[in-house]
Amino acid sequence: MAFINMRTNEVQVKIVYYGPGRGGKTSNLEYINKKFRERIKTEMVSIKTHGDRTLFFDFLPFDIGKIKGYDIKIQMYTVPGQVKYNATRKLVLKGVDGLVFVADAMAERRRHNLLSLKQLQENLAEYKKSIFKIPLILQYNKMDLKDRGVPLLSLETLEQDLNSKLKAPSYPASAITGENVVVTLKKIISVTMAAIQRELK
Amino acid sequence: MNYGIDQDRLIEIDSILREDLIEIGVDYVLMIDTAGNTIAKCDSGAHSYDVASLAALAAGNYATVDAMAKIVGEQEFSLLFHKGENVSIHFSMINEEFLLIILFGKEVSLGFLRLKVAEAIDKIRALWK
Ligand SMILES: Nc1nc2c(ncn2[C@@H]2O[C@H](COP(=O)(O)OP(=O)(O)OP(=O)(O)O)[C@@H](O)[C@H]2O)c(=O)[nH]1
Ligand SMILES: [Mg+2]
Repeated sequence: MAFINMRTNEVQVKIVYYGPGRGGKTSNLEYINKKFRERIKTEMVSIKTHGDRTLFFDFLPFDIGKIKGYDIKIQMYTVPGQVKYNATRKLVLKGVDGLVFVADAMAERRRHNLLSLKQLQENLAEYKKSIFKIPLILQYNKMDLKDRGVPLLSLETLEQDLNSKLKAPSYPASAITGENVVVTLKKIISVTMAAIQRELK
Repeated sequence: MNYGIDQDRLIEIDSILREDLIEIGVDYVLMIDTAGNTIAKCDSGAHSYDVASLAALAAGNYATVDAMAKIVGEQEFSLLFHKGENVSIHFSMINEEFLLIILFGKEVSLGFLRLKVAEAIDKIRALWK
């Protein structure tokens, strides 16, 4: 639920990176934070465990300037991917405007992707939102591991497993090399802004 | 999916926060929604904080405590307060959607603050009547 401040003409937009544990959600935000360091005025906030797993969320604000006279402030969050943290995952989803589902392309993570996506659908339903209607991008992460001989799911398998019904824009990516990280970000921002603008007159 | 608050109401909220809270010596007042958006902010000019991060964390903190209350069968835990050496933070719920976050120093007594917060919240709620 984007908040529109009619006094300052500011729109706050919430974009959440969702997906299975260790899939690379935090790494996406870290890459963006590094890449756009001079445009982001504050530190990235990460509430994490000692082992660097997300405990509650990461938070990174990102100003994209003006659209139709409104100052657009993107607020990026990640959820904790570990199975046991679903209660906090739900809290982070509150008021979400756009979602990036970060799937792990490693073959051994196939089932985790499916379970995580299914749970996303359920969690959204609790907020009376439909996974088919909300702005959503799929990202197939860790593609760089192919060169290191790690067995990966093929793009066809990933599409078949995760995107056959959703038909969302999807990108192979690597949060480590940065491949398609910014492309994913730009796409979710544009899809989300289009959805918001349909309501902004 | 979007929602807005009109300009007149925001101006009124601003003056309530300023007159009831900044005037009594509070450093910073933030009105946020439960998703972590900043609705209004007011400060004494004494400090500058990373407001967007504070709002995200405060919403998360509030939501966590609220979820814990539900698990143990409470409606809510009404008082949320973190006391520091120099700065303390006070959280309160305006209604289902909005929270009030107040940062204040040693000079302000908690009892008086709570009184003023209750007044301010009543006035803000009245704007939606
Ligand atoms: N090779 C490779 N490693 C990656 C990539 N993305 C993330 N990793 C690694 O995978 C591990 C987990 O990454 P995180 O970004 O912390 O994953 P997460 O999705 O935030 O995990 P949770 O916080 O537990 O949900 C880290 O060791 C990362 O360095 C990638 O694209 N390629
Ligand atoms: Mg993480």
